[in-house]
Formats: sequence, structure tokens, C-alpha cells
Amino acid sequence: MKKVYRLEDLDCANCAAKMERAVGKLDGVTSVSVSFMGQRMTIEADDARFESIMDEVVRVCRRVEPDCRILR
Amino acid sequence: MKRFSLNGKLKRELIRILVALTLFFAVFLPDKLLEGGLGGVSGGPAGWVFPFLLYLAVYLLIGYDVLWRAARNILHGQVFDENFLMCVATLGAFALAVFRGVTGQPIEGFDEACAVLLFYQVGEWFQRYATGRSRRSIAGLMDIRPDHANLVRGEGDAVRVDPAEVKVGDVILINPGEKVPLDGVVISGASALDTKALTGESLPREVQAGGEVISGCVNLTAQLYVRVTREFYDSTVSKILELVENASGQKSKAENFITKFAKYYTPVVCSVALLLAVIPGAVTADWSTWVYRALSFLVVSCPCALVISIPLSFFAGIGAASRYGILIKGANYLERFNKADLFVFDKTGTLTKGNFAVVNVSPAGNAEEVLRLAAIAERDSSHPIARSVVARWGKPTAGGYALRNVAGAGVVAEKEGDVILCGNAKLMQEHGIAYTEEKGVGTVVYVARNGNFVGSILIADEVKPEAAEVVGALNGMGAKTVMLTGDNRAIAASVAAKLGLTGYKASLLPQNKVEEVERLLAEKEKGEILCFVGDGINDAPVLMRADIGIAMGGVGSDAAIEASDVVLMKDDLRGIPLAKRIARKTMAVVRENIVFSIAVKAAILLLSAVGIANMWLAVFGDVGVAVLAILNAMRVNSKYESGTRAKEKAEA
Repeated sequence: MKKVYRLEDLDCANCAAKMERAVGKLDGVTSVSVSFMGQRMTIEADDARFESIMDEVVRVCRRVEPDCRILR
Repeated sequence: MKRFSLNGKLKRELIRILVALTLFFAVFLPDKLLEGGLGGVSGGPAGWVFPFLLYLAVYLLIGYDVLWRAARNILHGQVFDENFLMCVATLGAFALAVFRGVTGQPIEGFDEACAVLLFYQVGEWFQRYATGRSRRSIAGLMDIRPDHANLVRGEGDAVRVDPAEVKVGDVILINPGEKVPLDGVVISGASALDTKALTGESLPREVQAGGEVISGCVNLTAQLYVRVTREFYDSTVSKILELVENASGQKSKAENFITKFAKYYTPVVCSVALLLAVIPGAVTADWSTWVYRALSFLVVSCPCALVISIPLSFFAGIGAASRYGILIKGANYLERFNKADLFVFDKTGTLTKGNFAVVNVSPAGNAEEVLRLAAIAERDSSHPIARSVVARWGKPTAGGYALRNVAGAGVVAEKEGDVILCGNAKLMQEHGIAYTEEKGVGTVVYVARNGNFVGSILIADEVKPEAAEVVGALNGMGAKTVMLTGDNRAIAASVAAKLGLTGYKASLLPQNKVEEVERLLAEKEKGEILCFVGDGINDAPVLMRADIGIAMGGVGSDAAIEASDVVLMKDDLRGIPLAKRIARKTMAVVRENIVFSIAVKAAILLLSAVGIANMWLAVFGDVGVAVLAILNAMRVNSKYESGTRAKEKAEA
């Protein structure tokens, strides 16, 4: 399943790149793209576990860039 | 366009920066101007404490958030975080200055530590301002989202509802000045629509009963009653918003390069900084000099400046294109478009208008007479050829003729012994009429009356007026242009010659187009980019197969919007060279920014290592470069009107 989430307060381009790398390493995530200009995260992940994967994504992103919020 | 106003957060930040800047100078100027500096105020061996405390106060005011984030991110295991780097660099500089004070050396260095963080914050603020502004400008351009629809219920009274609540078949009322909320067909009223936000076309479009309206346009002059043909999620406006909002999701190679570069750049520079502090420091025992140089390294090692300018440039390019009604689905397509060097055009509907029209009348005597008689014979036929003849005549035709179709030959019209023959060469031969053969390319209709040849009419698909100019422009940019068509070789050759195309493939069946494009893809050299330009009808597979699929007149055609990578909202081929110019400019700016940022950073690193550059220059290497790169990126979003268009506007 592919979903697009809005990101709030994503203030630095390098953080976006770091978030993308961190999320990409998560188990079950097929592909992810964090757009700094678009303030969006496009994520493709395992259907069955999508919600639990998203919980993990939020956790990882908070570690990388605590100021940025993922609007679910 | 609406003026950009600062939001609350940016405004607060700006005030903080200005206050800190004022305080900084309030401390800095006396420190530099007074003899002996502020250190001389209390004097003695602890003289450094007074300026230290003043600078520290300013430092904390401007940098508390950076310090806080650095501490927090270390706990999260983010070591090479730029907050952290700035803190190490500036706190290190403070420590060095304190060290000098304690050991009784001349007091200096506090101002620098404080200023570095201050300018870092100025740079960060500017970055936020610039990206926010560029986001807003694009959101403004695509200000097409309708906020309500006036649903007509029962006796013609309209209720304001959310566009998403309206169903197919409902009737909505659109007042002048309102946006068209959903796609539909006009059932009563006539008005002009402003389609500028959608297509970039500044001329309003006239609509009347029976005409289609597209959501996202603005109704200009009069009330319209419209029967909705598509629900909101399916409407043009939703499709376009979705496309624009997701456009930046597709990353370009340049973006990937720079983020990858940043990933290694920071740790490498930090390691070098460490080595620089330790090795020469240990060798020369001049610790403070080498530690200072290492700290300058840390300031330059922040990657954000480098990383930000690239997506910003692409975003500006996509935004500039959307202003001209060209939707580009991602930065990667913009990047590829710059290199596009093989343009494959579908003929009908793309290079030509897709409608038949009379292109030539060769009369034996009177041209008017040829058309008048042909129109009499063709008046009831629905065949496109017949319609084009009637359309060209454009006046009422004499009735009362008995019309008889001769299959595969034409029409015979008879009234009271008056016989009009209208058809192809075969019809003329059957009736033994001596006709003059029309040698032009297209479909020929011969007309005879009472056994005498009257003249012939040549009918062909009309070539778009801008087609030759566009093909010429693309050829001029060094691209090859190829036309695919189902027409026979003679027609294809004549169109190709007329437009100046470099090649054509004739007599193709629709299904052969994919094969043909496949073949061209296989034939092209590595690195060449193939663009397919189609009208989006029936050519979705080809659009998807090409390196870049360009759909013309995308408004209202879902398949085209889905399958293509670039959508020309306006049915105007000039969008292609325009998009290429925008792509070219974007890529030039991207390259400039990459080379410039890396070169300046490298130069400053080198100069810091040998002690020529100080921390002031290092902070320029970080924020100064970022600001310049951002300003350069803004250049992409300038005007691109081609000479002819600008002239048209001047004339209008």
C-alpha cells in the first residue's frame, strides 16, 4: 500500500534526507521518499502491517528530527 | 499575487535575531573601540570575565534553541547533527578564549564565537523564509481548489454545499466570480471562463448551453447552470492538485547526489577536524591555534546549506512551468527533459488539429460555385469530409435536391433535371467527365454539374499553426523530431517536409505505435532521452513506455494525466520548447549551485587548515553560500515567454 503523509515543521533539508534513510531501513518498508519542498512523505509498505509500520516510522522520525510531526 | 506575510513563528524568530544582533553590537563596538577592550574595564588577571559574561548572555539568547536541540539529538544518537556541530564549534571557541584569558594572553575570540552562532541563525532564518515563500508562491499559482458549490434543489433555489457532496447528475449554479467546483455541462446560461490558473492561457473561454466546463476555471461574466458530470474526487481540479502536490516526491539524480554527498561530507570533515586538532597540535604544542582551525572546519562541515538549494531549484522550475500550464510530475522528469533529444510526435491531434478542413479549392471557373454545389450535395452527410465542405461554405444551401449516395464514390444530387456530381475521381470517370486532377496531398472531392467539370476541393487535416515553429525550435536545440502516423506515405512526407521534421513513420496501425516507439527506444544511443508527444487519447501505453510521455491538452483527460510525465494543459505545442528552456535553466542553476557550494566550502576548508581563513569566513562558507545558492535558485522562477508570445500579448 502506498500512502502520502503531510509533514509539519520539516525545517531542514538534510533532516529530510536523514529521515528518508532511517525510514528506508525499517523492516516492511518497500520504498519511501521524503520531499523537503513538498513537506510530504510518500511511503510504500507491507499492507498487512501498515499501521504498525507507521507507528515505527513515527518513532524513528521523532528520533531523527524531533521538531517534525507526521500528520496521520 | 497575494503578498507574502511572515507567519508567527518566523516573525518571532526574526525579532529574536534582531534583538540579539543589536545587543551583540552593543557589546562588540565598545569592546573594539575602547582602548584595551571590555577586558580593560575591570582589569587585572580576571579581566576576561566581564566581556565573557556579556558575550555569553548574547550567545545564550540567540543560541538556546540550538544548544537544546544539540543536547536532545545527542541523546537520540544523532551525532553529526548540525546543531551539535555549531555548538561544538562555538562553545569550543568560547573555551579557547577563556583559556587565553586564564593563561593571561590578550583577550579575544568571544566576539567570534558569539557572531558565528548569530550568523548561523540569520542563515537558518533566511532559508526558512525562502523555502516558505517558494512553497507559498506555488500554492498560490495552484489556487484552484474550490471551497463550495451551489447545489440547485427543486424550485431553483441554490444551497451552498461542499463540492465533495455533489453527485453526478446534480445541477449546480455558478455565479460570476466563483470558481467552477466540478466538471460538467452547461444547461443554461452563457458566460466567459478564465482558465488561466489551469492552462496559463490568458484569453477567456466562451461557453454556452451544451458546452463543457472544467473545474478550476473562474466564471467571469454571467450565471451558469451546470449539470455535474464528475464527482469531486474525479474532477479535473482534484486530479491536478494531487499531481502538483506529489510532484516533488520524485527525486532527481542531482538531489540524490547531494544528499549522498552530504551523508559522507560531514563525517569526513569532522574526522579531518579532529586530526587537524590533534596531530599538528601535538607536534607543535601550539594547541590553541590548531584547535581554532579545527573548530572552523566544524562550522563549514554543516551540510544543510548544500542540501537545501537543489530541491529548491527544482521546485522553482516545476513552479515556473506550472505557471505556463505545464505540469511536470517530478524533479526527475525536469532533469531528464533537459537532455531530451528525440521527440516523437503523434500526428493526428498533436501536430495537426485532428479535424478535416478544406485546404484548397481549384475551380474550373468560379471557386464560390464549386463550394456552393458541393455543399448542396454534402449537406446531409455526417462524414467528416462532408462536414468540412459544408463548414467552409458556411451559408445556407439550396434545398429540394434528391441526394443519392454512390458507395465508395460520392453523392449525386438531382433537382428538376439539374444534376450535381460530388465525389472522387472514380465518380467522375463513371460519368465520363473530363476533370483536372488535383495533385495536392489529402482527400480530393471533384464537383461536376450537368456533365461539366466545375472544380475540385482538397481536404486535409489542418496542421496546427505553431507546429512548424515548434519543430524548428526543437531542431534548433539539437533534438531529432519524428512523426508517427497512420496516414499513407505521401501525406506523411508532405506534412514532415512542411514542418521540417527530421523523420516520419507512415502507415502505422494504432497498435504499431507502441512497437515503433519500442524500436526507437532500442535504437537510440545510451544517454539519449526519448519524448513521446501525444494527445492522450488512445496513446496511454506509448506515453508510459517513452522515457518522458508528454500529453497535450490534458484538461479533462484522466488517462493522459495518469499515464504521462508532463502534461501540457493548453493544447499548444509551444509548451514543449518552453518546458525545455525551463528545464535547461533549472539544470544550469542546479549545476552552478552544486559546483559553487562545494568549491567555496573546499576553498574555505583549505584556507582554514593553513590558517588564512578565520571563523568569520567559515560561517560565510556555511550560511553565506546557502543564501547565495537560494538566491540563485530563485532565478529559475523568472519569465520564459518566448518572443512570439510576448509579441502576441503586446498586440492583444
